[in-house]
Amino acid sequence: MLLEIRGLGKRFGGLDAVKNVDLDVQEGQITAVIGPNGAGKSTLFNLIHGFYRPTAGTVSFNGRDITQSSPHSSVNGGIARTFQTTHLFDDSTLLENVLAGRIVRSKSNVFDAIFHTPRHRRESALNHDKALEALEFCGVAEFRHDLASNVPQEVQKRTAVAMALATEPELMLLDEPAGGIPEEETTDFGNLIRSLPSRGVSVLLVEHKMSMIMDLADTILVLDHGQKLAIGSPAEIQSNPDVIRAYLGSTKDEEN
Amino acid sequence: MSALKNPRIIGTLAVLLIIALTPVAFGDENYIMRVITVGLCSAIAVYGMNIILGFTGQLSLAQGGFFGIGAYTVGLLTTDFDWSFWQAFLVGVVGTSAIGYLSGLIALRTKDEYFAIFTMAIGFIIYLTISRWEAVTHAHSGVNNVKFPEAGDIVDFSNPTVMFYLVFIILLICVYITYAIRRSSVGRTLLTIRTSEDLADAIGVNVGLSKQLAFAASAFFGGIGGGLYASVVGFIGPDAATVDKTFEFLMFILVGGMGTVAGPLVGTMIVTFLFELFQDFQAYRFIVLGPIIIALVIFAPRGIVGYLGGFIDKRARNRRIGSAHKDGTAQSHSTAEANGTATPDDSVRADNTADSDGSTRPGTAERRETAADTITTEDEEK
Ligand SMILES: Nc1ncnc2c1ncn2[C@@H]1O[C@H](COP(=O)(O)OP(=O)(O)O)[C@@H](O)[C@H]1O
Ligand SMILES: [Mg+2]
Repeated sequence: MLLEIRGLGKRFGGLDAVKNVDLDVQEGQITAVIGPNGAGKSTLFNLIHGFYRPTAGTVSFNGRDITQSSPHSSVNGGIARTFQTTHLFDDSTLLENVLAGRIVRSKSNVFDAIFHTPRHRRESALNHDKALEALEFCGVAEFRHDLASNVPQEVQKRTAVAMALATEPELMLLDEPAGGIPEEETTDFGNLIRSLPSRGVSVLLVEHKMSMIMDLADTILVLDHGQKLAIGSPAEIQSNPDVIRAYLGSTKDEEN
Repeated sequence: MSALKNPRIIGTLAVLLIIALTPVAFGDENYIMRVITVGLCSAIAVYGMNIILGFTGQLSLAQGGFFGIGAYTVGLLTTDFDWSFWQAFLVGVVGTSAIGYLSGLIALRTKDEYFAIFTMAIGFIIYLTISRWEAVTHAHSGVNNVKFPEAGDIVDFSNPTVMFYLVFIILLICVYITYAIRRSSVGRTLLTIRTSEDLADAIGVNVGLSKQLAFAASAFFGGIGGGLYASVVGFIGPDAATVDKTFEFLMFILVGGMGTVAGPLVGTMIVTFLFELFQDFQAYRFIVLGPIIIALVIFAPRGIVGYLGGFIDKRARNRRIGSAHKDGTAQSHSTAEANGTATPDDSVRADNTADSDGSTRPGTAERRETAADTITTEDEEK
């Protein structure tokens, strides 16, 4: 199992944002987490990635316990993430943004930079190639010299994925990656996510666009008030009465 | 050499050349040479501030204190203990870096304005120690006859021009180190922290360690500047370590441009020159300089060098967009379209995620103008 979550919990004051959640993420799969706003989806991601420390439970990645590890070592170990609100270096170009994703894979230090060592040169060239490749893979290479604040939202979202890709992850946590993308472009964006496992990147995905989830996910976890409401294949989830009552039905109303 | 086509590098080299030639113009005027050399010592310390403040975005107000530690180590060891300058200098620089590292361990547990206040307190403690610990530092009597560097019979460092060139060469090394850091993934690491600690965290930057090393590096440069300063002026008092000194450095870097390679030097030399110009008014000089600096912060918040750099970037971008037009690609079109216009879906999303951070992006139109000081490094310039 790539990622194993057992009894995970996080309390904020008196509120259980996440409570007793179990989840397995299998290699090569797209696993989705859905649930109404405030269900604890983003908190779950923050717990996995080490932004928050769990108040209960364990997380293990590739068989290694990472419950207490920092975001730095999570990324280093192969877990990348994107934020719910697109978070880019606004005053930098897209290429610079994605190059920042290479930091975690760079070994050259200040002295390599000062003495311009072969290692430094080799790494700079490699970083550039990898960053460009990630931009191309995400379909935004043509914008690479534009500032992040100057490109359309969809391009920003894709760049966030490219930046995460540049860290060479085995697992990518995508928090509402298609949020704010016009409806007609979500299919294209879904295809990008679908192509990630073929690169060896498994996906854990939070998304509100239900058609996209049903289309992409191998397994869906439904959260409600921080707790697991159901887990299963898209077909199972769609026909689960609890889910329909608590979530799916109401979302359809909300969206119109 | 493609580097020589880069207007930034040409500009920096031109500034260095002008300074390198000052002895040709003022070689006989000891006073002027000394003012310039002291300016260069300050500039070295300002390069330290550039790493922690300019690159990493942490407002450290301990720099005057670190400068003072460097100066007093060299001062006391070469007089009361009769060490050679070079030995004292080495110990001073290593010692200042170590003190910087250790105080960073505590200071960096705080953030933003708390970090600024905390580091100012560190600077103030250093000043108090120097100005009160009479038995060791001689307090307000100061330290006299600090040694010049020894060089056998090769050169005579008591000659102001020779001393100038020593400091200048060390400054060159500092400028080069800044340049190398700026263009490497080390510099990119620091700049990501400056832009957003959360995002830096998310892409795997070891934020704590990076800040720690940046802070120690700033102390390192402070120690070098202070150590040289003690030898250049020959007499030091507690005013070498005051919090005023820190704010002087801060002014230099603001005027020159934070996070740039040439900014600390340009800012230091220009403000030093202005100080000299208004020195008859001593106490009142800030009445004139204050408004100049306020105007600068308002109209060129990234300092002189940052302002010019922004100009260069804008031209480069326009040229690129121009050529994209020629190629018939849609790039410039979509860029313009994106500028400041929210997609219709945006408002919908904002409603849906009212509980969380799903706000719409702030206006992007004015951002475009302020986007010079980016995470530019050599990788993307290929
Ligand atoms: N840092 C925090 N401090 C306090 N409460 C929080 C914090 N982060 C999230 N919460 C609360 O935890 C609950 C789950 O939030 P979140 O994980 O953002 O939900 P979702 O992403 O599913 O919309 C919400 O009630 C939210 O207000
Ligand atoms: Mg959320």
